[in-house]
Amino acid sequence: MGLKEWIEKPAAHVAPGEKSLSNVLRGAVARLTTPLLPDDYLHLVNPLWSARELRGRIVSVRQETPDSATIVIRPGWGFDFGYAPGQYIGIGLHIDGRWHWRSYSLTSSPTWDDKVISIAVKAMPEGFLSSHLVGGVPEGTVVRLAAPKGDFVLPDPPPAKILFLTAGSGITPIMSMLRTLDRRAVERELDLPDVVHIHSAPTAENVMFRSELERFDATHDRFRVHVRHTREKGKFALSELDEVCPDWRERQTWACGPQQMLDDITAHWVAEGIEDQVHLERFAVSRADTSGSGGTITFAKSGKTVTVDGATTILEAGESVGALMPFGCRMGICQTCVVPLEKGHVVDLRSGKEHAEGERVQTCISAAAGDCTLDV
Amino acid sequence: MAITDIRAFSHLTEDDIVALANEFDAIRRDVENSRGPRDARYIHSVIRAQRVLEVVGRCALFGSRRRSRWIIGTAALSLAKIIENMELGHNVMHGQWDWMNDPEIHSTSWEWDQTGPSEHWKRAHNYAHHTYTNIVGMDEDVGFGILRMTRDEKWRPRNLAQPIANIVLALTFEWGIALHDLSAKKELEGVPPTQWNSGPNKEFAAKAGRQVVKDLVFFPALTGPAWRSTLSANLTANVIRNIWAYLVIFCGHFPDGAEKFTTEHYENETRGEWYLRQLLGSANISGGRAMDFFTGNLSYQIEHHLFPDLPSNRYPEIAARVRALCGKYDLPYTTGSLARQYWLALRTIHKLALPDRFLKATADDAPETSSERKFDRWRPDAPVVVTEASTGRRRGLLTALRVHAEHAVAERRRRRGESSHREPSATV
Repeated sequence: MGLKEWIEKPAAHVAPGEKSLSNVLRGAVARLTTPLLPDDYLHLVNPLWSARELRGRIVSVRQETPDSATIVIRPGWGFDFGYAPGQYIGIGLHIDGRWHWRSYSLTSSPTWDDKVISIAVKAMPEGFLSSHLVGGVPEGTVVRLAAPKGDFVLPDPPPAKILFLTAGSGITPIMSMLRTLDRRAVERELDLPDVVHIHSAPTAENVMFRSELERFDATHDRFRVHVRHTREKGKFALSELDEVCPDWRERQTWACGPQQMLDDITAHWVAEGIEDQVHLERFAVSRADTSGSGGTITFAKSGKTVTVDGATTILEAGESVGALMPFGCRMGICQTCVVPLEKGHVVDLRSGKEHAEGERVQTCISAAAGDCTLDV
Repeated sequence: MAITDIRAFSHLTEDDIVALANEFDAIRRDVENSRGPRDARYIHSVIRAQRVLEVVGRCALFGSRRRSRWIIGTAALSLAKIIENMELGHNVMHGQWDWMNDPEIHSTSWEWDQTGPSEHWKRAHNYAHHTYTNIVGMDEDVGFGILRMTRDEKWRPRNLAQPIANIVLALTFEWGIALHDLSAKKELEGVPPTQWNSGPNKEFAAKAGRQVVKDLVFFPALTGPAWRSTLSANLTANVIRNIWAYLVIFCGHFPDGAEKFTTEHYENETRGEWYLRQLLGSANISGGRAMDFFTGNLSYQIEHHLFPDLPSNRYPEIAARVRALCGKYDLPYTTGSLARQYWLALRTIHKLALPDRFLKATADDAPETSSERKFDRWRPDAPVVVTEASTGRRRGLLTALRVHAEHAVAERRRRRGESSHREPSATV
């Protein structure tokens, strides 16, 4: 082990995106602050001065449509701006003493220049967090962030012919891709690849990023956007593709929108035998099945799955298929069995309280509420 | 031999115990449903205060060649370490703040300023100690495998050294705990204790090494010419924290009135009986707000054992409800000042250093342990579970204990009066 690695060691697990010099410094100071990091003291001075957990400050909230807004965030130390367009981030808000986590697609184009990122949020009728973000979050609020993730990304260089199929807030990851294409076109003095974008929204005023789409359409010859107002003209039928974009079979397609739309697209592309050309992002808002009907539990690290009823604890389910489950008291007091819930919902069998993606749950007293994935 | 039949001991019926369990569950539910911003603010401000105090202490020690600075620095650092261990480390690792869903204040991620790794402690403490509380042979925290704290355990010659072992343990408490947790971890993982390069050993060495080097090498070196006084200050702060933690822990389950249990009892234990065991097996420390804070609210050891994962700042209000329940079911609620509780623990340590033949009381009716058979002796006079007709008050365990104590005192007086000319008993 070299000297640099040795100094860096206590901070080695922190912030892969940080410049290496700052991590050498962090490692050196951590010898004095062990078992904590210097960040654990510094973030008490400025909330953004910590790379241990990513944080950000809301810079502005800009209304996009009556029920959606773009939220611009300045991330603190340790954030990696080298994300891929189309990825999503986790965002945690502190409400009533608790951190509530949701994932949203980044709408910004990855760049180190302006040191901000943005997401766009549509207020869901029963989604209290999305409503809070769209309607009530004050500028200056400090939020938690989870590093960008996701495979729904635009490669660099992009394919020569692209089709974007979106509906509603499904446009958000595509915005990051479009903005990236637009920025690269300017930077590299190239034109865009051949892009067709078919977007659906109920009415004209519900179209997120409408003016920006119009501007792209006007400035780039090879970018064509078709916006369908569904309230007036009905849903966009995939059979119309041959008319709107006759060469769709030759294009790499990125699609994002409601579950039904994505299912239809999958079937349509499979029927043509070109399913390897379509990339889907499913972020349908999953509602927990609080009837406690159970579901299929996936144990991510061991790769095991099991389908159980709503009375079986996750711990029992994991053990039944041989996943390596930590456990202790098995009665909900000792916290030995706590693991992160990666996807889906679980229900606390004692209180009936529901836990969602991003939370850490006690497996010994929790049961699946619909399909879920645990990081164990 | 410690309590085997908790129902008989507690003077409660099966229905009573179910009802009691429901009452405890209701307390848990109420607190869980009312956790909110007030609690979050509390823990955040404790964390902030603790870190500021630590920084102040460390900074003051740069001038520690001056006596006043040494005292300020050592005091601040000692308090910071005490708060870090008790109100923060212990409670956060119990999952008391997991409900906030904050990855930095979470039982799975918290690492504390102590010799041993958190991971080891959590296994030994949260699992073994809190699940099997005071079951002789299952809860290693009964004497930590070093001290004989109940006559249910067989006397061994090394127990003669108990008074000295006790002092050494107090001074080096963090090391005692760390080694205790290390062996518990190895046992749980099935690692041979003699394998020197096992996973738990490596984790222990890494953590302990960092801790020692920080306080005894890096910080003294950083203060340059004041290195010698900084070193002594850091050592002192660690020892003060050790003694304090030791005092608080020893007052939790070792004073008289904190009952011990047999493995036979555990085999058929119901949820209600589990609550009852926690209640009867723990002892509180009375005192003011400062005592509560600096013990990490372990002055509410009873409440902590009933609800180990509820936020510590709620223990005072929980205590009021637990006391009311004890009144209702006529159960003892063991509490006393720090001095009194520690004196009782200390008495047991010294008494039990001796072999059993020097002890007068049996394991069924001793100060530090007793069983349901304790009440057999004066059974005819002792009250059975009844309700006083005039007041509607239940006469249960607490009444039985009082009657038993009165009989015992009367008998002792009688014996002394009758045979005062005989040689005084050498037994204790």
